[in-house]
Amino acid sequence: MKKTKPNKAHHILNGKMIEFVGWELPVQYADSGLNEEHIAVRTAGGLFDVSHMGEVFFRGPQALDAVQYLTCNNAAKLVPGKIQYSGLMTENGCFVDDLLVHMINEKEYLLVVNAANTDKDFKHMKEKAGHFDVEIKNESDDYTQIAVQGPKAEQLLSQFTDTDLTAIKYYHFTFGKVRKLDCLISRTGYTGEDGFEIYFKADEKNSANLFLELAEKGKPLGIIPTGLGARDTLRLEASMPLYGNDIDDSHTVLEADLEWILKLKKGDFLGKEALEKQKEQGITRKRIGFEVTGKGIARHEYPVYVDGKQYGIVNSGTFAPFLKKAVGMTYLPLDKCQPGTEFEIGIRDRKVSARVVEMPFYKREK
Amino acid sequence: MSANVKDLKFTKEHEWVKTEGEIAIIGISDYAQKELGDVVYVELPAVGDSIEKGDACANIESVKAVSDIYSPVTGEIVEVNEFLAGKPETINKDPYGAGWVFKIRMDDSGELNTLMNAAAYEEYLKGILEEK
Repeated sequence: MKKTKPNKAHHILNGKMIEFVGWELPVQYADSGLNEEHIAVRTAGGLFDVSHMGEVFFRGPQALDAVQYLTCNNAAKLVPGKIQYSGLMTENGCFVDDLLVHMINEKEYLLVVNAANTDKDFKHMKEKAGHFDVEIKNESDDYTQIAVQGPKAEQLLSQFTDTDLTAIKYYHFTFGKVRKLDCLISRTGYTGEDGFEIYFKADEKNSANLFLELAEKGKPLGIIPTGLGARDTLRLEASMPLYGNDIDDSHTVLEADLEWILKLKKGDFLGKEALEKQKEQGITRKRIGFEVTGKGIARHEYPVYVDGKQYGIVNSGTFAPFLKKAVGMTYLPLDKCQPGTEFEIGIRDRKVSARVVEMPFYKREK
Repeated sequence: MSANVKDLKFTKEHEWVKTEGEIAIIGISDYAQKELGDVVYVELPAVGDSIEKGDACANIESVKAVSDIYSPVTGEIVEVNEFLAGKPETINKDPYGAGWVFKIRMDDSGELNTLMNAAAYEEYLKGILEEK
């Protein structure tokens, strides 16, 4: 099992360690637990070790061309210091992965990808964009990534840096020091809250120490270390898709209801032809959000029934700790996607009613 | 009711049983509730259900997981803890008392002999913790 650089901090903080896509990471911490961690992020803040995420750099005269060819959003709209959510596309217009594209300068882009997909993505990028004048480098092993999320994230992180955090807008980043470490500091996250993600090169000791110090200084603010359990419930409550559950290489961008990251007019890219065709013909299914109106909690892979017949599965489902109700995401036939539409979910031996609702389930007050 | 832990018997799946004559009262242990985390939903059996020893007859769900409750004895469900429907967190707060789950009229109280007493269960937990 691989260990992230802050690993030792989780053991010191009583993390309940599990294996997640080959990495040893805390699912929760003994002193808090999933629920408390989830609520802390919504009301004060949480600290996440997300060093397992992948960092792939594109450097060279055709860095932008390569990114444009591999992804579905329009990276030409970026300016240095800006970030874009996008999809790494198959030729069918489905997802190899979803990712964040950071423009560092005209010749350098950083693509942050899912841990489970890093090797697959890197291989795909090299294979499909090999003809561009660009160096594609997987630097995942060099980087520690820590996320500080929640309404008090800025208050905590500002104690660790001279960088003016208020000047970093949502989906923007800057370079600055956090303690003595050179960091890329971005205003992004996977929780539905305001917050930051910091990326830096450091050894195990310095990585763990920064995590521990953030935990210590966070305590009086109500900011606590947060595990993978709450990371999943937070992102789901905020209706953010998870690769492998909600988006994958068998659902297109259009079906995933992510048309806002699809820019068909930007020029040629992988999947464009398939997506143009699908847009013209129309989709037959779409990702929707639902609430369980009957009794029970819908979970990943429970069967979904439409008009009494199994149509698919629950892609993501949980009890949402802040909203205090059972919610989830699935794909339904297009004529069943209107909010208010009823369908059923198989929970053990019962069919339980559920209703399509607007996403996001949770939206923070600004 | 409030049970004295010393008087309870335990299963390897972390249910506890308290007997009152031919009635067995069943819940989950303190260790089980802690492992599960905050309970948010409890699915109860129906009064009158006939249950075989080992049947999964109730479900306790926390945010992170679903846990089946297996009946340690054969018999008929005579009462379920309806209070848990509105206050599932009672299982966390008082697992050996107000957090009981169902009561069953036993066909054969001899089935209880295979269960662990409190001291044996404590040893069993030590074994689990050492393995971790």
